[in-house]
Amino acid sequence: MVEMVNRPYARAFEDYALRHPDVLCLSADLTSSCEIDGFRDRHPEQFLSMGMAEQNMLSFAGGLGLAGFRPFLHTFGVFLYRRPYDQLMASVAYPRRKVRLMGFLPGITTPGGMTHQAIEDVAVMRTIPNMTVLETGDATEVEGIVEAADSIDGPVYCRVLRGAIPRLFDTPFRVGQMRVLSEGGDVLVVTAGITTEEAIRARGALDAAGVSVRHLHLGTLKPFDAAQILDHAASVRHGVVTLENHLVAGGIGTMVAEAMAEAGMAKRLIRLGLQDTYAHGGSRPYLMRHYGLDALALVRAIERLTGQETGIDEAALGEVRVEDVHSAVKAEAL
Amino acid sequence: MQNEKTTEEVALGIRRRVFEHTMRNNGGYLSQACSAAEQLAFLYNEALNLGQPVLPMIPEPFRGVPSADNPHYVTGAGYNGPFEPHFDRLFIAPAHYALVAYATLIETGRMAPEGLEMFNKDGSSVEMIGAEHSPGMEVHNGTLGIGLSTGAGLAWGRKRRGETGEVCVFMSDGEVQEGQTWEAVQAAAFHGIDNLWAIMDVNAQQCDGAMDSVMEVGDIATKLRDFGAVVCEIDGHDLPAMRQAKAEPHEGRPLVILAHTSPTQGMGFLRQRFPRLHYVRFKTEEERAAMNREIAAELGIDPIAYSH
Repeated sequence: MVEMVNRPYARAFEDYALRHPDVLCLSADLTSSCEIDGFRDRHPEQFLSMGMAEQNMLSFAGGLGLAGFRPFLHTFGVFLYRRPYDQLMASVAYPRRKVRLMGFLPGITTPGGMTHQAIEDVAVMRTIPNMTVLETGDATEVEGIVEAADSIDGPVYCRVLRGAIPRLFDTPFRVGQMRVLSEGGDVLVVTAGITTEEAIRARGALDAAGVSVRHLHLGTLKPFDAAQILDHAASVRHGVVTLENHLVAGGIGTMVAEAMAEAGMAKRLIRLGLQDTYAHGGSRPYLMRHYGLDALALVRAIERLTGQETGIDEAALGEVRVEDVHSAVKAEAL
Repeated sequence: MQNEKTTEEVALGIRRRVFEHTMRNNGGYLSQACSAAEQLAFLYNEALNLGQPVLPMIPEPFRGVPSADNPHYVTGAGYNGPFEPHFDRLFIAPAHYALVAYATLIETGRMAPEGLEMFNKDGSSVEMIGAEHSPGMEVHNGTLGIGLSTGAGLAWGRKRRGETGEVCVFMSDGEVQEGQTWEAVQAAAFHGIDNLWAIMDVNAQQCDGAMDSVMEVGDIATKLRDFGAVVCEIDGHDLPAMRQAKAEPHEGRPLVILAHTSPTQGMGFLRQRFPRLHYVRFKTEEERAAMNREIAAELGIDPIAYSH
């Protein structure tokens, strides 16, 4: 059974920030929701409460960057770019300030509905010049995201998971390196964040059904390693499936499509994720099933690609569940 | 720097330069020179502690935007002197005042007059809306309302590092229509950022015309005080009053000086264009000629020779 790690961000941030005095912790009234309440209480001199005022927070952080500080901005992902987009552009991204945008509750990992779900954040962030985009997919990556983000010479946006998180990987987060999780020859599957766990589950059943999957997990979404993706895509028989906790427009599916098109690679591509739709409020398993972001959706897409029924159903996937991951997760409150 | 001119002389020089530029180019941000000349002259000529410029007197052409591939990128802040702990920093929040700010750099010996010839020319860094790389600019402020927040962040950081230099933001009154301005004031007060001060050109004008006809903002001074700032209200053309306001104690709070000004100060002939003063573009050659004749007389100079 996979190990569940409780609140890895809280510990990782505190450990790192204490060793780096130019790192500052900023929060926009979501301090406990972003697991930095303990840090605030123990290290108030390194913590700035910015209130519910994200436009000011982004420009203020730009000013802190100008003074040589490296502010980590903590709030939900949506609040880092929707309202303060202009400030993000002018005060942070353009001048390449070392501002670390820690976006919690990426995609449908919140029951908060449209206003809380960052479903287009990758699309927005990757089109911003000078911006780096990272995403965490397990406890090990969350533990490593603070140091990884702070290694970036410029602004960086991170999709961060919180709460109880499975540990899928035993090697640290390395910026620019994708993880090759399996090296099958039938289909290439590209995932990131919480969809990686779904793909691992699907792989177990697909292996048993005789479908050989090549599986890549992306921690770095920008810069995007198109060359390596193409190498892997070239080595599979049927084509590529991307599965992302995000709209299919502008995210991983788009990046893969752009790479394949520019290389003239005539292979099929199926993009799973939110299909030009908003989501609504609900539990993570419900939303992943409802919007086709789960293991079963991936299996069905691979069947479309190969033209072969696998006979895999929900029960079969349940048997290969890598762990009882979400039974231990706290209620996904705000 | 050595003050070779009085602040009054610098202010007059700013109006003359911006007028000359506007005549030659058949348009310009003329009313901003009328309202803000004393404020910018005061900042550069006496209020701010700035070092000698560290960039060429004649600005270099545009050298690219910031990127990982452009390691030699520099902002225009070098015209305000080097970054030293004891020197002040200045942001021009309404970036469309750039023409007035450039004229101030020339009048205070920080930029060569040739710099203004490059204004708004393709490939030049002397841009119409002041950019980071434009002379005297350090950050982008072209979208109004972001300047004070950036200043507050920089000031907090400088204070934390024990630097004695202050951060000054030159603001415009239209910016109080933006919510971010109020977020910035409350944050600066909440965090006790008192090495931050601002002087606001309250000329009651904005792009569409008189502010009261576009969006009433109420009493700015009362609102600023309620959000936590120390506020002084002055006649923005009264330099002794400006000096006195700058000396106002503001421990634990930012200081905002509201400089009430006239958008036609020193160029009374412009009043006939009221309330459309944001960017003065001459409607006819006759109007241009009349403006040239009458305003030149008000400024004590000969009419400008311009090509038609």
